[in-house]
Amino acid sequence: MEKNIRFNLNGKVVNVTSSPDRMLLWILRSDLEHSGAKYSCGEGFCGACTVLVNEKPVLSCQFPVQSVEGKEVLTIEGLQKNGELHPLQKAFMQHNALQCGYCTPGMILTAYAMLLKNPRPSAKDIVDTMEGNLCRCGIYNRIIQAIQSAARTMRGDTS
Amino acid sequence: MRKDKYNFTLDRREFLKLVGSGIVVSFTTGDPLAPQQRRGRGYPEDFNAYLLIGEDGRVSCFTGKIEMGQGIHTSLAQMLAEELDVPLNMVDMVMGDTALCPYDSGTFGSRSTKYFGPPLRQAAAEARAVLLQLAAEHFHTDSTKLDVRDGTIFVKKNPQKKVSYAQLAKGKKIEKNLTKKPPIKHYSKHTVSGKPTNRVDSELKVTGEAKFAVDIRLPDMLHAKILRPPAHGSALKDVDISAAEKIDGVRVIKEGDMVAVLHTHPDVAENALGMIKARFEPSESTLDNKTIFKHLKDSAPNGNVVTEEGNIEDGKSLSAKTFEKAYYNHYVAHAPSEPHTAVVNIEGEKATVWASTQSPFRAQGEVAQVLGFPLENVRVITPFVGCGFGGKNQGNQITEAARLAQLSEKPVQVAWSRKEEFFYDTFRPAAVIDIKSGLNSSNQIVFWEYHNYFAGDRSSQPFYNIPHYQVLSMGGWGGRSGGGNVHPFGVGAWRGPGSNTNVFAIESHIDVMAEAAEMDPLEFRLHNLTDERMKRALMAAAEKFGNAFAKAPSGKGYGLACTDYLGTYLATMAEVKVNQNTGEVSVERVVCAQDTGEVINPEGVRMQIEGCITMGLGYCFTEEIRFSKGRILDENFDTYEIPRFSWTPKIETVLVDNPEMPPQGCGEPAITSMGAVIANAVYDAIGKRLYTLPMTPARIKETFG
Repeated sequence: MEKNIRFNLNGKVVNVTSSPDRMLLWILRSDLEHSGAKYSCGEGFCGACTVLVNEKPVLSCQFPVQSVEGKEVLTIEGLQKNGELHPLQKAFMQHNALQCGYCTPGMILTAYAMLLKNPRPSAKDIVDTMEGNLCRCGIYNRIIQAIQSAARTMRGDTS
Repeated sequence: MRKDKYNFTLDRREFLKLVGSGIVVSFTTGDPLAPQQRRGRGYPEDFNAYLLIGEDGRVSCFTGKIEMGQGIHTSLAQMLAEELDVPLNMVDMVMGDTALCPYDSGTFGSRSTKYFGPPLRQAAAEARAVLLQLAAEHFHTDSTKLDVRDGTIFVKKNPQKKVSYAQLAKGKKIEKNLTKKPPIKHYSKHTVSGKPTNRVDSELKVTGEAKFAVDIRLPDMLHAKILRPPAHGSALKDVDISAAEKIDGVRVIKEGDMVAVLHTHPDVAENALGMIKARFEPSESTLDNKTIFKHLKDSAPNGNVVTEEGNIEDGKSLSAKTFEKAYYNHYVAHAPSEPHTAVVNIEGEKATVWASTQSPFRAQGEVAQVLGFPLENVRVITPFVGCGFGGKNQGNQITEAARLAQLSEKPVQVAWSRKEEFFYDTFRPAAVIDIKSGLNSSNQIVFWEYHNYFAGDRSSQPFYNIPHYQVLSMGGWGGRSGGGNVHPFGVGAWRGPGSNTNVFAIESHIDVMAEAAEMDPLEFRLHNLTDERMKRALMAAAEKFGNAFAKAPSGKGYGLACTDYLGTYLATMAEVKVNQNTGEVSVERVVCAQDTGEVINPEGVRMQIEGCITMGLGYCFTEEIRFSKGRILDENFDTYEIPRFSWTPKIETVLVDNPEMPPQGCGEPAITSMGAVIANAVYDAIGKRLYTLPMTPARIKETFG
C-alpha cells in the first residue's frame, strides 16, 4: 500500500509517494535523483549509503522511508553552504583522502555526524566511529588526517 | 576542471560543441577522420587523437584509459600540461569514451603512465611545435625566436608581443605539417610533471557530483534484476514468473537462458525477482576450499619454462644445504566498492553504453556482437569507476544490459548486487608454489627450482644472483595466460596478477634460507644480490625503517620483502605484533621504498603505495573465498572481511630517486610484497612460519601446537 511521506531533504520539504517499507537509499537515488549516497553492500556492512537523519548517521540501505516521516535528512548534496564546501570536504581534497571516490560521501557524512557531537576527536575516536565505513582503495590513514584537520578548522584552531 | 564534462550524457555532436571547434592541426599526412576511425592495436601517430585545444584555450585530453581511483586522471593531465606548456587546471580529461578517445586495450597491468604516457607526451610536444609555427606566421618571425608560458606564445626579446593558444585556435581549422618530431622536455625542465599534485577529480568526489555508471539516469530507464543460479555449473530446470508479473509496473523478460525483472525502481525490481520461483539442477562440482590445492596439482598441465639458467643438477651438487617448501594461497575477491554496472540506451541502429569497466573498447565489441550492430554504432562511455583491480577487465553486466535494452525497447540499467559481485567475480586464483633451493658453504644460493601451479608467471623470474635455476609455470591466472578451466568458477587478473602469490613464495623462501645461513634477512639478500637497483631500494627502505634486523626469529616482529614488478623495484619492511592467545596479528608499521623510474606525481605514487599496503593486508589475514559444490559461501562483507580503519598501520613511503629511467607503473607493485613481508614479520615475532595465505588467526594458532 503506497503512502505519502513527507520529510526535509537538505533543507527542502519533499513529498514522496511510496510503499512505506522501501529503503531510504532507493527513495533518494531513484525517486528523488540524489545519487550521492551509494549502494555497495546492500546489507549494512560497508557504510557507503550513510546519510544523516536528524543529525544521526543511518545506513540508508537498511532504513525504511517511513522512518524519516517529518524528519530532516542530510545527504552529501546538502553539505555545501551557499556554494562553499564544508571544511570536511576541503580537508578530504587537501589530504587526497579518496581514490575511486565511491565510499567518499558515506565517509564524509559519518565524520560530519561525529564532529557535531565530538569536535575534538582523538585518532582512536575517529577509528572507532568510522570502523563501519569500508574503503577498498585503502585510504584510511589519509581520511583520519583529513578529519583531524577539518576538526581543527571547524574549532577555529589554526595551530 | 569543467564539471559539465562529467555529466556523461552528451552525444558526440554536443560534446564537440562543448569543447569548441578549436584548432585542428595535423601531423604530416594529416588524417582528418574522427578519432574513432583511427582504431588499431597500437596508439595513433596523429596527436589530434589525444588532444583538442578549444576556442577558450582549454585543452581536452583524450585517452582510452579509465579512472578507477588510481589517479591517472591527474598524472596524465600533468604529462600533457607539461609538454604543451599549459596550466594543469586548463586540462580536461576525457577518458574511456570509444567515440572520442584513441583505441586502448584496457586499463590494467600498471601500464597507463608507462605505455600511454610516452605517446601522450609526444603528441603534446608536436601540438606545441605546430602552435609555435602558427605563432611564427602570426608574428612574421621564426619559431626559434618564440617561447611559451601557460598557453601563451611570446617573442623572447619582446614578451609584450604575445598570442595565446586560444587566440590561435579561434575559429580556425588548420592543417599543419611538421618536418621532424620535436623532442620532449628533459625532466630537469619540468614544472608540472614530477611535482606533488592533489587529485583533480576530488571536488567532484567530495560533493557527490562524480558520476559512476550506477548514477546514470535516462528518461524511461528500467532497472533490471536477473535470475541467478545458486551455484556455478547449476542449470535452470523450470521457472514460474506469474507472481512477479502481477506486481504493478513490473516487466518480466524471459529469453533463452535469461530471466529478468524490470522496473523503474531498482529495489522494486529486486523484490519482484524474489517472487520468481525457480528450480535448478545441482552443480556437478565437488570441490571446496579444502580440496582445491590437491585438485589444482592433479589438474596441472605440463610446465612451460618461464626462465632458466645453468643446470639444476649442477646446482644441487654445489649445495651444502637444501630446502624444499610449498606455498599456498586461496581464492581472493576483487570486492570493488562499486559493483559491476552498465546502462544501455538503444536509439534506432545506435547504442550508447555507460559502464563500470576497465576495458571500454572490449565492451564496445561485445555489445556490438550481441546487438548485431556494426562496431561504430556502439559508443561506450566510461564514467568514474569505483575500484577495478582487474575485476572490471570484463563483466557480463554490459551485454546483459544490452540484450535487455533491445528486448524491452527501453534504456536499461543492470547493477549487480553485492551477492552477484561475489558470485560472478573473476577471482584471484588459488595457487600452489613448490620451491626447491640450495645454499653453498658461502651462503650463496646455488640452485632454485620453482614450480608454479596456476598463480601466473609475473614476478617469478629470479632477481637474485643464482647460477642454476629453472622456473616452470603449470597453468596461469586465467585469461590469456590459460589455466582458467580447472577452477570451479571464473578467475582472472587481480591487482598484480601472479605476483602476489609469487612474491609471497619467493620472499618467504628467501627468509627460510637466510635463517639457515645464520644471517639476518637484509644481510642475506644483499649477500645474494648483484642488482644495484634492488640493493638501492633495500637500503632506502632500511634507512627509513631505522630498526636493525637480526637473525630470525628475533622476537621483534620485523619483516622484509623485495621484488621487481614489471620494472618497478620495491622493498617493503614491516613490524607486527602477534597475539599469542588469539593468533591475531596487529601490523604496527609498514615502510615501502619504491623505484618507479621517473615519477610524474609523487603524491599520486605515495597514494598508490599506501593503498596497496592497506588493501594487501586483506589477503594477508582474512580474504579467502569459501565455496562448496559450486556455491560461493561468502556473499558479503560480514563473512568476507576486507581491511578497515582499525587495521591500518603507520605507513611510510620512500620514492627512490631514478628520474633517468622512463616512468614505470605504480598502481600494483606495492601490493605484491605484502604476503611475504607480513609472513616474514610473523615468523620473526613467533618463530612460526605460515605457508598459506591468508594467515588467519586460526591458521596462526594451529602453529602454536
